[in-house]
Amino acid sequence: MLFCMAPALAQNGPAQGTLAQVKARGHLVCGVSGGVAGFSIPDSQGQWRGLDVDFCRALAAAIFDDPAKVRFIPQSSAARFTALQSGEIDVLSRNTTWTLSRDTAAMNFPVITFYDGQGFLVRKSLNIASVKQLDRATICLQQGTTTELNLADWFRTRGLTYKVVTFANSEQTLGAYESGRCDAYSTDKSSLYGERLKTAHPDEHVILDEAISKEPFAPGIRQGDDPWRDLVAWTHYAMIDAEEAGISQANVEEMRRSALSPDVKRILGLEGKYGEGLGLTTDWAYRIIRHVGNYGDSFERNVGAQTPLKIPRGLNALWNQGGLQYGPPIR
Amino acid sequence: MQRFIRVDLVASRAPPAAVGGPLGWMRRNLFSSLANGLTTLLILGLLAWALPIALRFLVLDAVWTGASGDACRPEVAGRPVGACWAFIADKINYLAYGSYPAAERWRPNLAVALLALAAGWMLWLGAPRRDLGALFAFVAFPVCAYLLLAGAPSLGLPSVATGLWGGFLVTMVVAVVGIVVSLPLGILLALGRRSTLPVVRVLSTAFIEFWRGVPLITVLFMANVMLPLFLPGDITVDRLLRPLVGIALFASAYMAEVVRGGLQTVPKGQQEAAAALGLSQAQSLRLVVLPQALKVALPGIVNTIIGLFKDTTLVSIVGISDFIRVLEASRADPRWSAATIPATAYAFAALVYFTVCFGMARYAGFIERRLAAGERR
Repeated sequence: MLFCMAPALAQNGPAQGTLAQVKARGHLVCGVSGGVAGFSIPDSQGQWRGLDVDFCRALAAAIFDDPAKVRFIPQSSAARFTALQSGEIDVLSRNTTWTLSRDTAAMNFPVITFYDGQGFLVRKSLNIASVKQLDRATICLQQGTTTELNLADWFRTRGLTYKVVTFANSEQTLGAYESGRCDAYSTDKSSLYGERLKTAHPDEHVILDEAISKEPFAPGIRQGDDPWRDLVAWTHYAMIDAEEAGISQANVEEMRRSALSPDVKRILGLEGKYGEGLGLTTDWAYRIIRHVGNYGDSFERNVGAQTPLKIPRGLNALWNQGGLQYGPPIR
Repeated sequence: MQRFIRVDLVASRAPPAAVGGPLGWMRRNLFSSLANGLTTLLILGLLAWALPIALRFLVLDAVWTGASGDACRPEVAGRPVGACWAFIADKINYLAYGSYPAAERWRPNLAVALLALAAGWMLWLGAPRRDLGALFAFVAFPVCAYLLLAGAPSLGLPSVATGLWGGFLVTMVVAVVGIVVSLPLGILLALGRRSTLPVVRVLSTAFIEFWRGVPLITVLFMANVMLPLFLPGDITVDRLLRPLVGIALFASAYMAEVVRGGLQTVPKGQQEAAAALGLSQAQSLRLVVLPQALKVALPGIVNTIIGLFKDTTLVSIVGISDFIRVLEASRADPRWSAATIPATAYAFAALVYFTVCFGMARYAGFIERRLAAGERR
């Protein structure tokens, strides 16, 4: 009975828009995972860091001109959607895959912030370059995830055989892979980079380039709040457009002083009043870049080549550099 | 006249080797029968196998200093690597305080010092003015601790949202609140359940049976996942407070049953005798019944408290950054990814929980022996 009543009661939750609530409250409440390397994880001082964290900081920077005005609540994968429905969090920035069933279940995914896919970790010594070479291989997986279904679909449609061994958590899965029980370890590629680091000899393992599924990570919001949806989407677009226009956290002040290109002027709020349509000030995108940086800044800082994870840009490169990150124009 | 009374003592002789000395002790305690002897040998064998492994991992091969997980990789260290204590050293502030702002961490420290003072005052039986101590521990301390931890802008202490609390601090808050609330509430409920007033009895019984009938994990899920769905959007109850209330009520129900067990061992004659002496019902409870009942119930009470302390780890599942949760988050840090990090983290957690629980058990043992002094002749 509780579960039947819950959605009905939840509907009378947000009487005013999320943006108005956030402004009145004085801080954003952001649901994160709380333990995924590079995406959302507290550092040794207890400061939250990661791509998903930076996205919420960018939102807070755009709204309050202060990236610290955000509270992070770690959400388990089981409770994350309920937390959003109940209004406990304003936005769910928690490496969540955007799917049709989730989108239609009283949620919205305004924009894809990270393109991921299910990949494979294999030993270098196996000399495997493609997933197809994993025919008749034994593959280690974590229980209760969609990875098993993806794997079955992919191998069956290609007429390949494989054997699956599943484990309760990532520790056991990695342990089994390391001890040689399986030829490959399969999960989201973004997680595999972190898993590889946990092995005794990271250099002896390699992550295959191929992905057998589409896992577009998107921030989730409650359905039916279009102004908030716009703001969440355009926060990401601003970070991408800034990167495309060459505006980074390092040069944003200089660009603001000496900008000539109308594109740059519009992004930095020197021309037009584009922020007002979002319910913000004209310098909203400038605030994001100044406090958090553009998409590339955030990517490099959290998961890029300078970090232990060393995740390649791949699909997350800008559209004009062979990736999929494409921001509509700010004008 | 001949005297047959011996005036000097016979020189004492050593006991036979089979009875006295270390050999005799071993014979009495370790090898008193064939089965016992075999058990002893088996256990000695197990220890001889396990201790060197543990010692090598925890101490001899351990890495004590280092700035990142690389220091704990065998190929970097150039030797087999055991526990990576450098990881714990780097994360110790986060493990202790969570995201509590660094500039304000003196406040939890002061609160813990006050807790130690309150606990010491209450638990040291020879302390002066223990009545003042009780007042301090149950009235002044909770107020001070709350003001210190949550902050009071009017007193110049910036407020710190409970979402920033974490680590061992949160584990202590949950455990201390659980214990401080459940003990008195449990006693009241136990008395209520034995009351002759039907309303009090039925309500107490219903409360106890309800809370004992649901698993703690569902209580926590109800508190942190479902409850916000039932409240109107503009009413929010603090995220830490919700599981705190749940755990306190849950522990109270268990405590009530333990205390009721103690109450039932006090013969009715005791109460009748107290009444015959002219003691009021409250006096008879306070002076005659409860002291005897709590003495009997003490092992059960301590059992419940230790169980409660360990159950606090469940709050990590509903998004509260308790000690286990921050340990898990620290473990995922890519900067500190080495093969022995998980084992190090869990060894440290085991050490912390064991120290606290063993300390409580030892104190309870001391109190039990003291209370049982009357039965030892």
